[in-house]
Amino acid sequence: MNLTELTIHELSDRLAKKEISAAELARDVVARTESVEPKLHAFLEWKGEELLAAARDMDERRARGEALGPLAGIPVGIKDVLNVKGHTCRCGSKILEGYGAPYDATVIAKLRAAGAIPFGRLNMDEFAMGSSTENSAFGVTHNPWDLERIPGGSSGGSAAAVAAGEVPATLGSDTGGSIRQPASLCGVVGLKPTYGRVSRFGLVAFASSLDQIGPFTKDVTDAALMLGTISGRDPNDSTSVPEPVPDYTKALTGDVEGMKLGLPKEYFIPGMDKEVEAAVRAAVDKLASLGAEIVEISLPHSDYGLAVYYIIATAEASANLARFDGVRYGSRAKDAKDPIDMYGRTRGAGFGPEVTRRIILGTYVLSSGYYDAYYLRAQKVRTLIRRDFMEAFKKCDAIVTPTTPSAAFKIGEKSEDPLTMYLSDIFTVNVNLAGICGVSLPCGFTKQPKLPVGLQVLGKPFGEETILKVAHAYEQATGWHKERPHFPPGQLPLPTDE
Amino acid sequence: MSSDPQTPKIDVPYLAQLARISLNAEQVEKFGAQLQQIVSYVEKLKEVNIEGIEPTAHATPMTNVFRADEPRTPGDPAPFLKNAPQQVHNLFVVPKIVE
Repeated sequence: MNLTELTIHELSDRLAKKEISAAELARDVVARTESVEPKLHAFLEWKGEELLAAARDMDERRARGEALGPLAGIPVGIKDVLNVKGHTCRCGSKILEGYGAPYDATVIAKLRAAGAIPFGRLNMDEFAMGSSTENSAFGVTHNPWDLERIPGGSSGGSAAAVAAGEVPATLGSDTGGSIRQPASLCGVVGLKPTYGRVSRFGLVAFASSLDQIGPFTKDVTDAALMLGTISGRDPNDSTSVPEPVPDYTKALTGDVEGMKLGLPKEYFIPGMDKEVEAAVRAAVDKLASLGAEIVEISLPHSDYGLAVYYIIATAEASANLARFDGVRYGSRAKDAKDPIDMYGRTRGAGFGPEVTRRIILGTYVLSSGYYDAYYLRAQKVRTLIRRDFMEAFKKCDAIVTPTTPSAAFKIGEKSEDPLTMYLSDIFTVNVNLAGICGVSLPCGFTKQPKLPVGLQVLGKPFGEETILKVAHAYEQATGWHKERPHFPPGQLPLPTDE
Repeated sequence: MSSDPQTPKIDVPYLAQLARISLNAEQVEKFGAQLQQIVSYVEKLKEVNIEGIEPTAHATPMTNVFRADEPRTPGDPAPFLKNAPQQVHNLFVVPKIVE
């Protein structure tokens, strides 16, 4: 068996008992990654030797009897949007060619303090703008369940790497669904924390009022472990909140008896895939059979979420991405006659089409004469969307919805039509606008082809313990999370046996 | 792809100049059509009654996070400057700004 098939909690248990070594685990991670990457392309790059050296060091520390963190020796894959000292950080963009991170993001420092080893650079839509990884400047990532399909996005590499058993866990970022949507389409667990729960220091900003970092894992227990590791107040991010960080694994009691779960009628829309709807409704029935009370709720402004999102996110992006101007980092257009010419040609050559579209849209909605009609109006509707959730949480402890309206689509199917692509985030964007937390976990499969379906569980601000409890109870009662993709024969080698 | 006659026409060359992104004629045409479609879609926000509603800039109810104003020693600039396309004497080099 390849050790990468195990969860973090299983691996940590065996590492602590010295049944396996961190070096053995690292070797399996590298072997698995090398064997599947030619077809999968979840990673933009990785350093096998660096991982092995760090793992050996961890084994030596363990042998000396040093006190080690809860993730000691666990390799964690990192989305290309997070700074890891000494690694590249290109955000899937040509404009950051040659950039080497001079420092660790806070989440990376926290992972290291817990003993985890950051591994590789995971593919993503350029600057996290997209829902399929097709916007990466370095080629699409394939879905391990069907290599002709997209893994979702923007954190598609992070989701595919866990689903394909390359690494036990990864980090991604979620601005409008970029963790939950790919987790759903790849059949893994993906968690977007409450805004402010996790420091964004060292995350390359897309939309600062919406971005959060979160984990991808094989099961809910691992999600709880990872969240506990990366959460907490950070002086380097003034939007991180001084709320105490509990031991999230303590919430995983399996008991949802008497809990009230809200089912928003607006999230079962005409045109959504029948098999997806059936799987989610069956999951709701399962939760009811475990003793939860299902209550119908309404989130009346849901339908406006995408429009609000594409105004606010692009407005913030147009400001955030102004820093990529060829002065301090990345590529620079040659032989510019003055700085203005240099900015224009550097950015024109460096940004891909989706990033360019969004910067121009963001510039438009903030431009003189249009600010009130678009940006200010969107901020007011954002208030109404947040209010909808706060009203709903007076009637229920958590909300359950589908994560996406359909399973993974084919590569190229939507890439020429931005608006249709945007609609794949219809069930996830409102969560970022409201600043609440959400987790996606596997709840079944479509039949032909067999593709994962995701259940989304949403909670109040800082209600991560509640949503993890619900997700864990469902997971333990069903076992969908144990299903792994069988790579088509001849397309990918089987897991290596040592 | 019909756009609402009420939707203002998007002037892509003007916006690209504001955003400091050079575009060719083909890109101007393609992005113009796509952006027009997206802007027509977001026009649906005009249906919402926002009378008396405060805007939300940030979902966290926090304002004015202060820290002690104490001097700190900055880190080594070398690893930061190493990423610059052009640098000299611990400074970024840019094309001539003043005539």
